[in-house]
Amino acid sequence: MTVTHDDVVRWIRAFADAIAENKDSLTDLDSAIGDADHGINMNRGMTAVMAKLDGAGSADVGALLKTVGMTLVSSVGGAGGPLYGTLFLRLGAAADGKDELTDEDWVAMVAAGVEGVQSRGKAEANDKTMVDALIPARDALAAAVAAGEPFADALRAAAAAAEEGMKATIPLVARKGRASYLGERSAGHQDPGATSSWLLMRTAAETLGDHED
Amino acid sequence: MKKLINDPENVVREELSGIARAHGDLVEVHIDPHYIVRKDAPVQGKVALVSGGGSGHEPMHGGFVGMGMLDAACPGEVFTSPTPDQMEAATKAVDGGAGVVHIVKNYTGDVMNFEMAAELARSEGSEVESVLVDDDVAVQDSLYTAGRRGVGATVLMEKIAGAAAEQRRPLKEVVDVCRKVNDSARSMGMALTSCTVPAAGKPTFELGDDEMEIGIGIHGEPGRERRKMAPVHDIVEMMTTPIVDDLPFKSGDQVLAFVNGMGGTPLIELYIVFNELAAFLEGRGIGIGRNLIGPYITSLEMQGCSITLLKLDDELTDLWDAPVKTPGLRWGV
Repeated sequence: MTVTHDDVVRWIRAFADAIAENKDSLTDLDSAIGDADHGINMNRGMTAVMAKLDGAGSADVGALLKTVGMTLVSSVGGAGGPLYGTLFLRLGAAADGKDELTDEDWVAMVAAGVEGVQSRGKAEANDKTMVDALIPARDALAAAVAAGEPFADALRAAAAAAEEGMKATIPLVARKGRASYLGERSAGHQDPGATSSWLLMRTAAETLGDHED
Repeated sequence: MKKLINDPENVVREELSGIARAHGDLVEVHIDPHYIVRKDAPVQGKVALVSGGGSGHEPMHGGFVGMGMLDAACPGEVFTSPTPDQMEAATKAVDGGAGVVHIVKNYTGDVMNFEMAAELARSEGSEVESVLVDDDVAVQDSLYTAGRRGVGATVLMEKIAGAAAEQRRPLKEVVDVCRKVNDSARSMGMALTSCTVPAAGKPTFELGDDEMEIGIGIHGEPGRERRKMAPVHDIVEMMTTPIVDDLPFKSGDQVLAFVNGMGGTPLIELYIVFNELAAFLEGRGIGIGRNLIGPYITSLEMQGCSITLLKLDDELTDLWDAPVKTPGLRWGV
């Protein structure tokens, strides 16, 4: 099983489409516990990313993902810019010089990306952040690949774990980001960052894993 | 929702274009990346002050660029932190060789973007120090929150540190002045209505006709508690008691009392608030040495106000009185 440069482009495009589609619902989630801009900001960033990709020639997967990261850093703003920017920059660094990715490459890249998000944002599990979707996804992916499951199944397991992690943010009291100012009042709302991270994992399962092995 | 907006996507760009046309004698506006610098930047041998944050808080920060205050401001989208490339470009444009101070309000996004910008600017050879503003007593400062928010004290820090830089004080001293302002100032806000982020098109939160939000942030983020509306006397007491108790401000202290409008509250009401505040402080034996009243750190069209108290000494008073010439604050020149 290999993931090609074109597959990754399809993933980025699918993520951009999913963000555009869910722009309003992400912003609504953010109005409840944040500042009502997550969908708007991510959509601006992914629109800028697509404009860059449409003009880009062929490049290795690492360079492609770094371009995505730098574009997000310079166009999203807020907390989402540095966090998603760092995520893609680290994915790119872990795929440096590669034209194709193996299952193991993808496991290592996701691990590096999640580590980057945590070191930039200083969030731990259960702080009610995007990390709550990303950590279970990373772990489910690694476990499935280690168990020798087909890559498509491993990606689906990661997406399912992200979804579960996202839903599990609902009862949590936020300890990072603007939602933390609410204290107990942040409980009962799903975290918008965990929601966009679930979209990232769901679109990966939809685009990277739909090959015959 | 009726707004004097052509297109929600172009709010910041069109505002910047207006600022350039109105204040071209004081500032220069750069588009893509967006930043505003004082007309004579870089001022050789002077520590440069750079701040920035989401738009929607006007006149902060862009209105405070000019002699005696900021060297540069980076406006983000409405209520969204600006990006590292803006901050790096602004830092480079104002670096006069004596170092650059980044004044950062304590919000997760602002902190992370300024952190990335400082890393970039340092790698390009600029000497950059960052100072955080976190004066909002509405938020409990603990391991379980992102810490206190930066609000009213930001305006006071930008004015006072700007005066210190204008006196050609070295980088370390300017940073010390910033920290002294932050350590000596406390704030609390309240809202009577929500605000509407142009791109979202609807109010960020709902408040009943007889309700108010105590401890509101400057982005319409809900505050400490929602309460029934009360007389101004009681509201001022609710806001000022936690401020005074927190520092604490003591009998005999002289303060700068800053009554800030959130954008939708008229000056006539702010003076009523100030009147109650002066009486409250009198009762505690605290003297008002200086004051500032008006909309300086706003939250779009939100109705409400914030109160900031800064404990004064001779140094801070002199720096506050020093000349300033910006679109938003101007005296002594």
